[in-house]
Order: sequence, then C-alpha cells, then structure tokens
Amino acid sequence: MIAAAFDYAVADSIDDAIRLLGEGGDDAKLLAGGHSLLPLMKLRFASPSLLVDIGRIDGLRGVDTGGDSFRIGALTRHADLQDRRDMGLLAAAARKIADQQVRNRGTIGGSLANGDAAADLPAVLLAYGGSVTVRGADGEREIAAEDLFEGYLTTSIAAGEVLTEVRVPALAGYGHGYEKFNRRAEDWAMVGVSALVKASDGVCEDVRIGLTHMASVPLRAGAVEDALRGQPLDAEHIKAAAEHAAEGTEPTGDLNATPDYKRHLARVLCERALTTAAAA
Amino acid sequence: MSIIEEAPLKHVGRSLRRKEDPRLITGSATYVDDLSLHGMLHAAIVRSPEAHARIVSIDTEAARAHPGVRAVYTGEDLADLLAPLPMAWAPPGVDMTAPERWPLARGKVSHVGDGVAMVVAEDKYAAADAVQLVQVEYEALPVVVDVEEALTDATLVHESLGTNKTHEWSMGGGDVERALADADVVIERRIVNHRTAGAAIETRGVIAEYRAGQLTVWSSTQVPHLVRLFFAVQMGISEDKVRVIAPEVGGGFGSKLQVCAEETLCAWASKHLGHPVKWIETRSENMAVSHHGRDQVDHVRMGATKDGRITAFHAKIIQDCGAYFGLLTPMIPELGAFVMTGCYAIENVRTDIVGVLTNKFFTDAIRGAGRPEMTHMLEVTIDQLAAELEMDPIELRRKNFISADQFPYETPYGITYDSGNYAGTLDRALEMLDMDAFRAEQAELASQGILRGVGFSTYTEICGLAPSRAVGPKGFGLGIGLYESALVRVHPTGSVTVFTGASPHGQGHETGFAQIVADRLGCDPQVVEVIHGDTATGPMGLGTYGSRSLSIGGVAAAHAAEKLAEKCKAIVAFNLEAAVEDIDVGSGKFSLAGDPDKGMTLAEIAGCAYIDATAMPEGMELGLEQTLIYDPSNFVFPFGAHVCVVDVDAVTGKVDVVRWIAVDDCGPAINPMLIDGQIHGGVAHGIGQALYEQVVYDERGQLVTGTFMDYALPTAEEIPGIETDRTETPSPSNSLGVKGIGEAGTIAATPAIVNAVIDALRHEGVTYLDMPLTPMRVWQALQEARGRGDGPRSTEQGVALSPEAQGSAGSGPTTPEGGAA
Repeated sequence: MIAAAFDYAVADSIDDAIRLLGEGGDDAKLLAGGHSLLPLMKLRFASPSLLVDIGRIDGLRGVDTGGDSFRIGALTRHADLQDRRDMGLLAAAARKIADQQVRNRGTIGGSLANGDAAADLPAVLLAYGGSVTVRGADGEREIAAEDLFEGYLTTSIAAGEVLTEVRVPALAGYGHGYEKFNRRAEDWAMVGVSALVKASDGVCEDVRIGLTHMASVPLRAGAVEDALRGQPLDAEHIKAAAEHAAEGTEPTGDLNATPDYKRHLARVLCERALTTAAAA
Repeated sequence: MSIIEEAPLKHVGRSLRRKEDPRLITGSATYVDDLSLHGMLHAAIVRSPEAHARIVSIDTEAARAHPGVRAVYTGEDLADLLAPLPMAWAPPGVDMTAPERWPLARGKVSHVGDGVAMVVAEDKYAAADAVQLVQVEYEALPVVVDVEEALTDATLVHESLGTNKTHEWSMGGGDVERALADADVVIERRIVNHRTAGAAIETRGVIAEYRAGQLTVWSSTQVPHLVRLFFAVQMGISEDKVRVIAPEVGGGFGSKLQVCAEETLCAWASKHLGHPVKWIETRSENMAVSHHGRDQVDHVRMGATKDGRITAFHAKIIQDCGAYFGLLTPMIPELGAFVMTGCYAIENVRTDIVGVLTNKFFTDAIRGAGRPEMTHMLEVTIDQLAAELEMDPIELRRKNFISADQFPYETPYGITYDSGNYAGTLDRALEMLDMDAFRAEQAELASQGILRGVGFSTYTEICGLAPSRAVGPKGFGLGIGLYESALVRVHPTGSVTVFTGASPHGQGHETGFAQIVADRLGCDPQVVEVIHGDTATGPMGLGTYGSRSLSIGGVAAAHAAEKLAEKCKAIVAFNLEAAVEDIDVGSGKFSLAGDPDKGMTLAEIAGCAYIDATAMPEGMELGLEQTLIYDPSNFVFPFGAHVCVVDVDAVTGKVDVVRWIAVDDCGPAINPMLIDGQIHGGVAHGIGQALYEQVVYDERGQLVTGTFMDYALPTAEEIPGIETDRTETPSPSNSLGVKGIGEAGTIAATPAIVNAVIDALRHEGVTYLDMPLTPMRVWQALQEARGRGDGPRSTEQGVALSPEAQGSAGSGPTTPEGGAA
C-alpha cells in the first residue's frame, strides 16, 4: 500500500495549477480531496508522475446562492453541502456519500472530474441539468452536464484544464427524491436514482431523473421522464413510468449484482424516488 | 474450598472500566509498526499473481540494483531452514497427506499471494518499489477452486501428493444409519458455510533482530510462546536464545493464531544480514495471505419421530483447506464435531470429515473455529425439521434439550458437558422478546407489505482449550498440551504484577485478571499490573484463542494468588500472634476475624517478606511470589439463546436486522462489561458472515475480494443495538466456575439470522437459504419461489437468472471504481 514515487507541487492559484499541469505533461494529476486518487495510487493502479495540489487555492470553496442557480466552488466539500436545506437533491445525495470522514475531505469538483458512474454526484448533476466551468491555458469554458461524462472514468475535461466551479439551477418548486442502494452505508451505489419533480395541481409538469451505476457513465432516465410528464402524480402512474427505468441502460454485472438485478433495482428505486419527490 | 472463597469478594462481579483502554483510546499504545530499531531494514514480499504455476525463472538483478536494496532472496536461498512451517495436529490413526509449506515457494506456487521472493531494503519505499522489479516467469498450471470438484482429483493442487484429499476423520455414537432408517421423518440439506477473513484492524507485522547469537522477535501474534518454540526447531537456535514479544496486538480473531512465513523470513534475513528486519503486512496482503476461516460444504441428514424427538443426526463435511495446512487447519471441523449434538439429547450421531486442497489460501481458526459452522448446520437444520414437522421451532428445541438435571452429561462422542440450563436462557430470551407481541406486530407489518421474521439459535459450545491429557499427543493428537501459566509477584511496596501466558489482543485480561487477583490479595485492582506477551518475562504460556484465557489462565492466576494469600495469612498470624485460621482477606488488608481493625495491608506483609526477615515465621521462604501451571480437568461449555428479528424488503431482497437478544451463560461473571463487549463483538462477527462478508475467488483462482470495498466487513452502521442478559450456571470444572465467552456470540449468531430470514420469507415460498444473505441472493430466491408458484404473489417479471448470478464464485474481478470511497 505504498504509492510509486511521484513529484508533488502546490499550486497557489488556478493559473499556477494550469501552468504546473502543462509542465507535468500527460502523467500529471490534480490533487483535491484525494479520496479517489490516493487509494488508486496506493494500490498502484495509478502512478502519476506529478501531483498538483490545488487544495490551498483561495476562493474555490463555498456556495454562491445569487440568482436562479447555485455556483459551487470546485473545492467545496461534501460536508459543506450535506446539511444545506436550500440545496434539496444535492444535499440529500451529499449526505449519502461514503462516511463522514470521506465527506469531510472529498470535494464536489473532484467527484465530478473523476466521472465515476457509481459515484453519487455525477448523476445528480445530470438530473439538475447543471454544468461545470473549466479553465485551461486557452481560457475558460462551460461544459453542460450532458456533455461532461464521456465514458468509464472519462470526462470531456481536457488534459491541462482545471474544474473551477459547478453550476446547478435552483429549480424552485421542484420536489426531490434520492435513492441509493448498497450493501453497506459507506459503499458505492449498486444503483442510485436522483429524481426532481415539479407538480402542478397533482400533475407532473416537469421531471428530471438521473441514474447512477447503470452504465459506464451516469444516465438520464429519459423514457421515465417522457412517460410521466403531463401525467397525474399518483402511485399508479409513477409505478407505470418507473417500469421504463432500465430502458437504454447498460449495467455491468459485478460481485453484488447481475445486470438483471440492477435493472430491477433501477425500476424499484425510480418508483421510490419519484414517490418521495412527488410528495415533497 | 478455602477461607478465601468464603471471604467477601470485592471486585469480581463488577463492571470495572478496562485498565487498558486509556492507552488504546489515546493512541499511546505501542504496536509492532510503532517500533524502530537502530540499523533496521525493511522487507517486502514478491507474491504470485498466479493461482497455480510452475516457477520457470526468477530474475532478481534489477531489484538488487535498485537504490537502497540490500538483498533479494528466493526459496532456494532458504535451503538451510531445518523444517517447513508447522502443522500441529496429527490425530492417532488418521492418515494425513499434508503438503509442506515453506516461507518462500520452492519450484511452484499454489495460490494467489504465495511468497516467491523477499526484498530487503533500507526503507519500506525502496522495498515496495523493488518488489515490482523482480521478474518471475510462470508456467501456468490448471487451477481448481471448487472444493467438490477438487475432491474428484481431476486437477491436482500438489501433483507430488497424487490426490487433493488430505485426510478423512470420523466420529460416531449410536447407530445413525439404523436410526435414520427407523425415523418417521428424515430431512437432508446441503449447507454451504462460506469462506471469511479475520480482518483484524491491525494487520500482521514482525521485527526480528539477530544479534550475538540471540534472536528477538516482535510479532503481532496471539501465541508468542509457540512462535518461540517453532523458531528453535526451524532455525536450530536453542529456546533460551530466542525471545518473542507480542507488543500491543490490534485484534486477531484467530488470524494471528499462526506461525507465519514472514516471521521466519525476517528472522532468517536478520541472521544473514546482521541487521534487524521489519515487515508490516499491507491490507491487501492481509486479505490475501492472513489465513481465512470457515469454507466447508456440509451434507446433513436429520431424523425424528413424528412428535419431534430427534433420533439421528449425520453430517458429511467437506473442508476446503486451501493450498496448504496452517497450524491447525485440519483440526477446525473436528473441533466443531465435538459439539455436533449441541444442546440436544441426540443418541445416534455421526460426523464424517474429509479435508480437501484447492488453489486458494489456507483456512484455519477464525473466531469459533469449527463451532460456528457446526452450530450453524445444527440450528438451521432444527428449524428446517420444525417446518417439515409443522412444529414450533421453540417447542422442537425444548423437546430435545438436555435437561438441567442431566449434568454432567456425556454425549455420544464421549465428551462430558460440565453444566447447563438451556431452557433457562431460552425462557429469559423469550421473555425479553415477548412472542405474542412479536407475532401481532409481524401480522400488522405484513399487512403493510413488510416481511418481518424471527429466528432462534440455542447453542452450547466447547471451549477453554484445553485439558492437556485430552488434546495432547496421546489424546486427540495435538502437538502440545494446552495448560496455562501464571506468576503472581507482590513487590516490596505492596503493588502486584501478574505474568500470564495468555496473550490478549483486545479482550481485557489486564482488567479481569486484576480483579481476580485483587480480591484474593485484599488489594485494589489498580495496583495489580497484568503483563503478557513476552517470553522473557514469564513462564511458558500457550496464548489466547479458543476462549481459553479466563477459564485456564485466569484460574491459574487465581490459584497462584490463593497460594500467596495463604502465605500472607501465615505472616500476618505470626505478627499478630494469632492463629492462621483466624485471618481473613478483607477489603484493603488481611485482618483478624472478630477484630477487623487488627490486621496488615499487603504492603506491610510485603515489607516483612522482603525487608524485615525477623517479621517472618521461622523457616518461611522470603519473598512473595508464586508461579503456577494450571491444567484443566475438562473443557468448559458455555451456552445461551440468541434471538434475531429481521425485516426483509420483499422488493429488493435487502435484510435489515432490527433487534437482537442475547442471553448467554458463561458461569459467574468476573466483569459483566467485558462479557457484554465480547457478545457485542461476537454477534457483529456473525452478522458479518451471515449478511455481508465473503472471501470470493473466481474460477481462475484470482481473489476478487482483495479490499474492503469488495470484502463487505460491516461497520457500526450495519450492526443493531444488542440486548444482552445472562444466567449464571457455574462450571464444576474450575474453582471460579467460569466458562469462555469470546467466541460464543459468533457461534450463536449466524443460524439466528438465517432462521429469521426464512421465517420472514416462508409465506413467500422461500424455505432455505445459504449465507451470505445478500440482497441479490434473497431477491433471486424470491424470484425463484414466485416462478415456481410457491408463494402467494404472482410472478411480475419472471426474470431469468443469468449464469453469473448463480454460485458464489463471483463474476470476475471487480473494476477499481475509484478506489476506496
């Protein structure tokens, strides 16, 4: 459990981090909370030549609540979000990440940039229709959630770019439900469902659903959304819509769940998350 | 027996806070990895990625050239070792086909993680880097992982042995075949008791220093004296030149009841390099090469009369030994077999055990060692029989209990149960449960779609290992007797040191033993220091395992203290000019009966013994210390009743333990809080096996559960509050009346959970389940039952089981999804 040798540099600004990453080449990695990267390094599954520590850069931690969206600094810890009453789904998901020690260190930027389909926040960002801001040597750009996750542990953030901010719409008037299924509380999701529902006179005006660990990337459950939008938010319609939850998914089997079982869980959790969201 | 027993006991029976806790909680305890010696080098092991392969070549050149590396050794370099690693059990008349186990592989590897080479470097970082530079060429050999397949010998683990079958061992009483033929009802079940890990919070670790002909070894071990004994044999060093120290040991659960390859490697390297050598096991190594436990397939048959009298019980046990024998591997199922009939008067019984080699790491003693497996198969089968007879499982148990007036009770295997009152613990547990209220609640929840179930386990087990004549070379064939030592030393100022040969690693001996000795010497437990785990400071000891420490080591300490108390009384009588018979051990002093103001404190008595010889009776030996070896006359047999209440999510298959009641009887309590702690931990261990933990190898022999991400050790979040109570039925086998309690919770737990889950699911058509009861396994069982139309609910999805959903062998290595969360 000893990592291979690597160089370590502390960035004192975002520009400094971009410069260090550029000099470090392809094998350079950013270090934020370190709760995904460091275990991989200790198991020698990852051996970056340079770690650029961005943990001491000012201004990257905290939430700006102005306007109709939340702007969340990339270094904001899960623990900073987990008890916020104004952040509904995001707070509910942050509360379910691993254990408190991990939440005290892990960052929202790190989790999204890692792009793990089994992690809590990527599918949440997708459900919100949020975005991330990244900055590189050529300047700043915004990447929409649906364009961020490209494949297994792969995002559209280019080498040399630094994720600086996460944007999530406030979605006033939406209820939310978050269902995470795992064997132990601290585990990654076997399957997770994030649901946001806007009701109008008992009818579903809008619905947004993110699926965790149902493919190599987080997914939107479009078929469920289409089936429920405009329908009464009663148990019968929710159940009928949730039956579509596995459509378009490509879950892989592992020690704890076969693809069939994951598809079953997706349907069950979708129904539960929607029921909670509709009742909110 | 003596005046001492009639004297008021002031500290025994109280829940004294653990004396060891402040240093453990504040981080000031010293574990092996906290130690550093001058000139110390660091070892790391090159381990096989292959489950079975011939070693074609090992190229160590690049590793040797790596900066900081001092040496790289392979199996060939260790040719001067005098013996392979030990297996300590060879019962008379049993033919053993045992593979030799060497610290580094010789010519071939037989499981993933088999040691192939050792790197010794100036720091642990250089050692870890150089491990990756050792080039080993392997020629893969066929792999056999499944124990029943291995039994066919189609693929051999050790070609030179010609078979994978290591031994067969049978024990019987009565005529089981005839009784089965005569029974009104016979049920048969195949019960899989899967492989688990010890997973102590401190991994193993060793420092060995060979200097001027003297070998000193610090090891995270449960058995320092056995390690010393083995070093003497293996390295040809006389025992007086070997010192083994177990410093603070962070848990063992049996996984450190072992004589380890790495201990030998460090000692051997230290001797050759002239420097101390340290090796600290990584967590990955701990999962792969600290011995595993359980892993057997049981074919059981139980026969009974229509009215529920159990007349026959037969078990054929196929034990998966892994690729080698550890210290006690073949003995594990046998230990369980000694209590095969559990709490019940079953006259016709037979155990047939076959040991089998596979290309996995070896199994050996893990908490309970054979008794959890045996109790599981018995208690689950009892519930299966109850269902077959359409009888209340509690009534079936009561009908077959050995009654309280039948003790001492000799079982068909010739084992004599010391004492028991099985109905007593069950009564109390049922009182705590309130069965009528439970059934009402169960029905109410069922109407809401929640499946609640209750399961019972009434157990007895055999522990307090062990009477030396019974288990030794001429008994069951163990290579040593299992007595225990104590040395009680009163210092000139009146403080006391107790040296015990037991070797605790979390149990609380320093507190419990101090309470025992303090009461006998009329002093405060706070002035009694208990020293353990150093072969240079006390007499020969046998260590801590098999719930033996209190009923043997504690009794040794009690007897030694009682002898000293007799001496103290004589000194007091001499100084007070009174008769010895008139001196009592009181609170804080030895005093004159009838005139308690007159007396002497322990410090005053010690003053006579060490300082003022004229205050000693003529001819009495000076000083105040006593060494004593205690060998028990029998095992001890704690017992109890555990009740588990579960909720099962019928839609997802997830099991939630909502209530746990544990009523245990380990004789008179020395420290009730320590007992509760053992029960809590033991039950958690059982819940772990029943619901979460499983060591999984894939069909290629690759370890799939190599980290705590995949090996689902439960956390506090997964363990319910545990309601404990006790009854106290003294054992006649020792003067304290005590029985061991360290493994009882684990032994009791798993069948209670399985029976509870089946109770919850029976109306859905699920009648039997093997552990671990993962959500997917329960869901699949529900799907199957619904597919068969056994349950009241119609099949809504008819999901077919994919191949990878079936057995327990997993579906290949999991992906490293982002490291530990």
